[in-house]
Amino acid sequence: MQIQQALQELITKMADDELVIGHRNSEWTGLGPVMEEDIAFSSMAQDKIGHALAFYRLLQEHFGGTDPDQFAFLRNAADFKCCHFVEMPIGSYEFSLMRHFLFDHAETVRYQALALSKFAPFQHLAGKAKGELKYHTLHADAWIIQLCTAGKDSRERMQSALDNSFQLAGGIFEPGPAEELLIAEEIYPGEAALYKQWLSHISPVIEKAGLVLPEMTAPVYGGRTGKHTPYLQQLLNEMGEVFRLDPEATW
Amino acid sequence: MNDSLDPRVNRLRLDKNDGSFKVEEGENWNVFEVFHQEKRGAHHEHVGCVHAPDANLALIFAKEQFGRRKKCVNLWVVRSADILAFDLDDEDMFANNPDKTYRDASGFKVMEKINKFIAHTK
Repeated sequence: MQIQQALQELITKMADDELVIGHRNSEWTGLGPVMEEDIAFSSMAQDKIGHALAFYRLLQEHFGGTDPDQFAFLRNAADFKCCHFVEMPIGSYEFSLMRHFLFDHAETVRYQALALSKFAPFQHLAGKAKGELKYHTLHADAWIIQLCTAGKDSRERMQSALDNSFQLAGGIFEPGPAEELLIAEEIYPGEAALYKQWLSHISPVIEKAGLVLPEMTAPVYGGRTGKHTPYLQQLLNEMGEVFRLDPEATW
Repeated sequence: MNDSLDPRVNRLRLDKNDGSFKVEEGENWNVFEVFHQEKRGAHHEHVGCVHAPDANLALIFAKEQFGRRKKCVNLWVVRSADILAFDLDDEDMFANNPDKTYRDASGFKVMEKINKFIAHTK
């Protein structure tokens, strides 16, 4: 595999993660536990979709890719490179919050790596997202600690949300194809390195919250090679429903 | 007998009437007033309020409620209950203000002088 192709794979998987979790989190709009949280969570979901758009634009501008809207709305599940974690239905609020916490810290370490990348457009993109991500993790950390210190029932629910999410979260760090090419060119440090950084980001919060971090025994892989849960196609059908009525329409 | 379906009421276990009742920290949400600062050094201006379990989350909520459209560099939150205010009945203390025009700074016609100075230096 050529380096250009490895780079496209990397961008696609990062973009697809953002788009799919952005869509999932937006499913809470109007249903959030309180109005203030509803607005905050919806707003962050929009940020994710903005991040996806920025990545799709990179594909278009630097690799002759198709229009971002077409790329986002017209592909089938097998062409998506997102991890299973982001595909899972929103479930209970504690699951969605835990996913938000685990994913956004992973996103943060990813963007920190992009800020140092030899591929210059990554640096620009990481610079733009920095403030947003700072808020996203601040929000996630505050909720995790708040709910874990709000009594026995609350803490137990958060612990089971963590137990149910952890192996799925491991799937964020499924190694990409020809990753060593990107590592050698200092474009991307590779998933194993990011996984370690991620642990060091989440551990202090987990500890402060009094949660027990599970062992990463069986990370859920497959998404990066186009193997997905049935939930993804379902999501894509719904997400692209209006777009597919008339893909050429101008808005 | 409590037959409410509202979890906020049910968790109070009102029918378990043994006289002891404890509100856990963070269980009772407060209203926080939000103050918005448009640029560094400018006044923080009151823009509204949020409902939150503590000050930390109030600040986090305030960011999306009040800090995502207009330019914003900083926010303050203050628990509404911590604000000391005059009673509405005390409004009469301020009643004669409009009569005391000698306290208005508008009597000083400085803008004219400033404009004249600017025109002069150009």
